[in-house]
Amino acid sequence: MRRIISVLLENQAGSLSRVVGLFSQRGYNIDSLTVAPTEDPTLSRLTLTTTGDDFVIQQVTKQLNKLVDVVKVQDLTEGAHIERELMLLKVRAEGADREEIKRCVDIFRGQIVDVGPTTYVVQITGNSGKLDSFIEALGDAVILETVRTGVSGIGRGEKALRL
Amino acid sequence: MENLSGGEILVRALKDAGVRHLWGYPGGAALHIYDAIFKQDEVKHILMRHEQAAVHAADAYARATGEVGAALVTSGPGATNAITGIATAYMDSIPLVVISGQVPQEKIGEDAFQETDMIGISRPVVKHSFLVKNQEDIAETLAKAFYIAASGRPGPVVVDVPKDVTDPNVQVPYKYPEKIKIRSYQPALRGHSGQIKRAVKLLLSAKRPVIYSGGGVVMGNASEALTNLARLLNYPVTNTLMGLGGFPGSDQQFLGMLGMHGTFEANTAMHHADVILAVGARFDDRVTNTPDKFCPSAKIIHIDVDPSSISKTVPVDIPIVGPCDVVLADMLTLIEAGKDRPDSDAISEWWQQIDGWRERYGLYTRPRYEPSDGKLIKPQDAIKALYKVTEGQAYITSDVGQHQMFAAQYYLFDKPRQWFNSGGLGTMGYGLPAAMGVQMAFPDAPVACVTGEGSIQMCIQELSACTQHQLPVKIIILNNQALGMVKQWQDMQYGSRYSHVLYEDSLPDFVKLAESYGHIGMRVEHLDELESGLEECFSHKDRVVILDISVDEAEHVYPMLIAPGSMRDMWLNKTERT
Repeated sequence: MRRIISVLLENQAGSLSRVVGLFSQRGYNIDSLTVAPTEDPTLSRLTLTTTGDDFVIQQVTKQLNKLVDVVKVQDLTEGAHIERELMLLKVRAEGADREEIKRCVDIFRGQIVDVGPTTYVVQITGNSGKLDSFIEALGDAVILETVRTGVSGIGRGEKALRL
Repeated sequence: MENLSGGEILVRALKDAGVRHLWGYPGGAALHIYDAIFKQDEVKHILMRHEQAAVHAADAYARATGEVGAALVTSGPGATNAITGIATAYMDSIPLVVISGQVPQEKIGEDAFQETDMIGISRPVVKHSFLVKNQEDIAETLAKAFYIAASGRPGPVVVDVPKDVTDPNVQVPYKYPEKIKIRSYQPALRGHSGQIKRAVKLLLSAKRPVIYSGGGVVMGNASEALTNLARLLNYPVTNTLMGLGGFPGSDQQFLGMLGMHGTFEANTAMHHADVILAVGARFDDRVTNTPDKFCPSAKIIHIDVDPSSISKTVPVDIPIVGPCDVVLADMLTLIEAGKDRPDSDAISEWWQQIDGWRERYGLYTRPRYEPSDGKLIKPQDAIKALYKVTEGQAYITSDVGQHQMFAAQYYLFDKPRQWFNSGGLGTMGYGLPAAMGVQMAFPDAPVACVTGEGSIQMCIQELSACTQHQLPVKIIILNNQALGMVKQWQDMQYGSRYSHVLYEDSLPDFVKLAESYGHIGMRVEHLDELESGLEECFSHKDRVVILDISVDEAEHVYPMLIAPGSMRDMWLNKTERT
């Protein structure tokens, strides 16, 4: 089962490599990973998606908690949450395709952020499923580049992952 | 506040952290630190002959004293050599601070001479690590390192110190922090009281209980509490390889070691238990055999200071996260205050059953190996003789292999911190430097390294350091002319094809080798010389002695769990199995 795990991490040199190293060392998967400092510059917020059964995920969260640099860990998928990912796509946009791609971008509430004589750069945000669907919806259009940020997530409601 | 250079601060901070002995090996990147060591005499530095051995010695010193061990190495090869020692300590949860020199910060990343990324290369085998970037940070970083190494589940911490940070020309005020607080690190100090209540209730309801205790009891100073609890309840106790000495080995309630080469009675009792109290043990694959066949009818209580140890390989029913000594003391208090007592009828019936197993195939009821022809020395007999001659009071270190298992089986450890071996990583070469660490901790006590002719050669260079630092350890080689444990597996699983386990007459003369280092060398080849040889060996109180004992080359270690299978599936000798 796919899980989104949020980690509050000391923003120090080497902290990220400890998290990433833990996953390879213990044979866990990382499907995506995003990390950036929070409003408190001494802390980083890291979101990673992984797959595993309850047994594996329990071990993943325990092992993450065991890292000295890790302040808090939360499995977002355990409760109501919001997940977002941003994707930038460079597509071949010529002839009839130009109009077709534009329509598709509108349907997905994306934006064309760069227009060239033969290309568009499209920006889409949403959950990973929506991004996958957009790629599918492009059909025969030629994709020149795909850049995805990986999932960011946050829990709904009062509860917050903070110090 | 006094102004000191980085090197001086580092050494002063070691002293303030309580370090009395620092095991190490100098080199370019550590020169400023070594100069600061030269100028003081409070922290005693012990020059070893290899960085791996320096770390092993510091590790054993920590195991012996309960203090944090400390080692100092230089950058590059010094650092990489230390890795095996660090990994050994990591697997056995030993509190250790290893300081490595590093090239100056402006050179980091340039592939400078003797540069290696120590933080990166050590990452999977440390509890934590620090790269010190400023003189001002040295004292606090070291204080944090010692705190992290010793608290919670102990482990090794690496502090990597670039050479510019210890520059003697730059001086800053020195202050060692009185208290350390790390917001992201808060190890459990007590067990959950509700869980402890549930555990006590289950424990008292048991009809076929077993207490299974590990290295966490020894390292967590919980032996006394464990022994009191076991005696109060009259429950049988088995120890892991790392847990030996956690409960007195010669006690009637002790079933011996469990696991791969555990006793028949311990493994069989585990398999039939209805309640298992696991304390400071981690359900290692050398204990459980096939995890899903492990103790099929048992409810399991697991006390461990590390939450990630709980339900890692075997799901448990009542987990309690907390220090073993505190949790066991809480359990004792609860039992003593309450009215409930164990079901004495059921427990005495259980003991009858266990005694029946002991009688049938127990390790200590009668010899479980072909007796000697009167001349040939059985390795098991060598350990029994060692036990007799030292009256069970020696500190024993071992290397890895058959000799290690024989020592664990036949030397009955009555005290915690009496037995030292690389249980988790299985590091050949641990024994001799470990004996040096123990001897440094207890200068007047008998310390013996039980080893093989294979393992001893992995850190044999330390015979020289023994001379220099007057560490009169006794080296007992069970010499079977082969890498015995590998050969045993080749016998059992590879049709006795002895691929690269024999030396083809290339072994050194250990007697002459000892003498060349200024030590005493002795050889024993016949059974009737065994005890007198050992007695003579230990009579040389102030000398290092190598006692090279020729043992039966064909002997195997039994019992041996059969994989895949449960804990009751064992080879009992070369032809019989359960």
